[in-house]
Amino acid sequence: MKYIDEYRDGEVAKNLAASIRQAADPARSYHFMEFCGGHTHAISRYGIADLLPANVKMIHGPGCPVCVLPIGRIDMAIALALDHGATICSYGDCLRVPASGGLSLLKAKARGADVRMVYSVADALSLARKHPEKEVVFFAIGFETTTPPTAVALKQAAAEKLKNFSVLCCHVLTPSAISTILESPEVRQWGTVQLDGFIGPAHVSTIIGSRPYEFFAEEYRKPVVIAGFEPLDVMQSILMLIRQVNEGRAEVENEFTRAVTREGNLKAQNLVAEIFELRRSFEWRGLNVVPYSGLQIRREFAAWDAEKKFPLEYRAVPDNKACECGAILRGVKHPRDCKLFATVCTPENPMGSCMVSSEGGCAAYYTYGRHREAASPDPVALP
Amino acid sequence: MTVRSDYVRPLDLKKGRVDMSHGAGGKAMAQLIEELFARHLGNEYLAQGNDGALLPQAHGRLVMATDCHVVSPLFFPGGDIGCLAVHGTINDVAVMGATPLYLAAGFILEEGFPLADLDRIVKSMADAANEAGVPIVTGDTKVVEAGKGDGVFICTTGVGVVKPGEDYAGDRVLPGDVILLSGHIGDHGMAIMSQRESLAFDSPIVSDSAALHTLIAAMRQSGAQIRVLRDPTRGGVATTLNEIAKQSQVGMMLDERAIPIRPAVAAACEFLGLDPLYVANEGKLLAICAAADADSLLAAMRAHPLGRETAIIGSCHPDAHHFVQMTTAFGGKRIVDWLSGEQLPRIC
Repeated sequence: MKYIDEYRDGEVAKNLAASIRQAADPARSYHFMEFCGGHTHAISRYGIADLLPANVKMIHGPGCPVCVLPIGRIDMAIALALDHGATICSYGDCLRVPASGGLSLLKAKARGADVRMVYSVADALSLARKHPEKEVVFFAIGFETTTPPTAVALKQAAAEKLKNFSVLCCHVLTPSAISTILESPEVRQWGTVQLDGFIGPAHVSTIIGSRPYEFFAEEYRKPVVIAGFEPLDVMQSILMLIRQVNEGRAEVENEFTRAVTREGNLKAQNLVAEIFELRRSFEWRGLNVVPYSGLQIRREFAAWDAEKKFPLEYRAVPDNKACECGAILRGVKHPRDCKLFATVCTPENPMGSCMVSSEGGCAAYYTYGRHREAASPDPVALP
Repeated sequence: MTVRSDYVRPLDLKKGRVDMSHGAGGKAMAQLIEELFARHLGNEYLAQGNDGALLPQAHGRLVMATDCHVVSPLFFPGGDIGCLAVHGTINDVAVMGATPLYLAAGFILEEGFPLADLDRIVKSMADAANEAGVPIVTGDTKVVEAGKGDGVFICTTGVGVVKPGEDYAGDRVLPGDVILLSGHIGDHGMAIMSQRESLAFDSPIVSDSAALHTLIAAMRQSGAQIRVLRDPTRGGVATTLNEIAKQSQVGMMLDERAIPIRPAVAAACEFLGLDPLYVANEGKLLAICAAADADSLLAAMRAHPLGRETAIIGSCHPDAHHFVQMTTAFGGKRIVDWLSGEQLPRIC
């Protein structure tokens, strides 16, 4: 496959691995956080950890929009389907996330709710057009990557004066999440979580550009390298981060030049600004309430805002006391440290969303990395 | 106008639909059986016309397998629910090491189902059965009300005989054994997905649905010490290998570069966020044999039309956790675990 296979070349990987080994200073360790779930998945699926030296460790960040979606928001989606008879259209990964009352969207479907999996908001819009008798609600989650398509759909729905389509908006912002991690006491004050740099999200950056990260590099003195999703992209970025750390630099570098520019996609940014506005505060699973981190639909489009159209109430639901998703999302703990991991909490029976989404840290470790320690007792790098 | 004295209005196979009378056990049902089912499937056993088929003496131990088929869409590139049912059950019997002999087929029809589609499906089953040389000797039909069925559900049962010493089982695999795969993975599952999601590709993806008993017979002839054969259907190669690893309590190490996959299927999986190792196949075989016989088994499989792309994809080793692992094309290692629930594509 063009533009894919070249970035998965095993021979180039070997050379990069050698360069990384050479560049990494044996007298210290390097801890980098990959913010985005897609990177967590790439690292796990291609076994990148095997190619890194023992003193270069990857920490999984909170960049999986399903993982940071609070239970209360899923309850709202389920309520729309079960209590208000709406047809809920959702991305696949959301369907299995456990919510209140032992329910998930998939379980609600088994109880008679009309829950559909869609690949994009366009599918939900088509469904609404085709079935004027159904009240269609699109469960809009995601960081900046998925927000512009939702904006397009809302604009189209408004233009067509579609009466049976609305959006339950749970879009969140990447820079806010990065701030929260960097501001967390473990990182900023106590220094108990060593964080030497970030691998910046790929697709989010195609929209917002590389500029927003410059603030973090300056303010917190942490290098950021924006990486593509292919395994060679990730390895190249790790090498770039190591070099920055060694040279005492804290800059924003762009490895994903084939898709990311400094300004980003202005058309998309403008469209999003037209349709959405910042919420004063939004609850994140694992990060609690973060100010100015989520989006809501502007008043002019209230007719397509599920929160205005239906009598919905948001109720915060605390996680299972023993669930360590919050700490894991912030890079403070490892899935291993959670009592529930691989015992009560498994992909078949997830207690928290870190396990249910294939991009969650726990799921990635369970699916791809758990064998590592079982096979060899050396407690090494995260998968 | 003269009317023949023995005139009976035939089924309208072009525009007619299944209705409740077709399942009632009366004349309408008898007509459906005679003019549709028996017309295509007709053989000496069905012609007996009794509640069950009286079959000749079997010489050897019996193997029996059963399958239910609920695939949607009913018709897809490379096949349909009918031939899929026939191939699937023949394969389940054949991978046990048995020669498939007879099939039984049960149909649950939804009121309103077009007779033209039913005719097409049954003809497809008849063609598949004839080509395989395994007749459908008995069957049953029921009709459920509209909305209570998905068009048609088909259940098939197959029976075969196995010679002493020639049966295969999942708990026989030993460390050192070699794993072979008969061809490209993911064709069937992605043919269905592409149809469902209305994805069009320049090179269309076609289901690999096929009866594998003649390939298996050729493999038996090679004299290789085969431990187990299995067709990796729902859940794909990954699930099948995990089942066997667990049954035999061995670990497996696969080589990603050795696993054959068509570029169009790889692209479709990439596009939808699916892992081809978990996608269904309906005309492929996984074989595990003693290391010493791997090359001769490989040659025997490649000599058969359904095994031309056979590849050695891995081997077994001692492992108390019975993990199935894989060295990635990238150079790292990953675990190939059981599937949890349904494979859900990633979102961003």
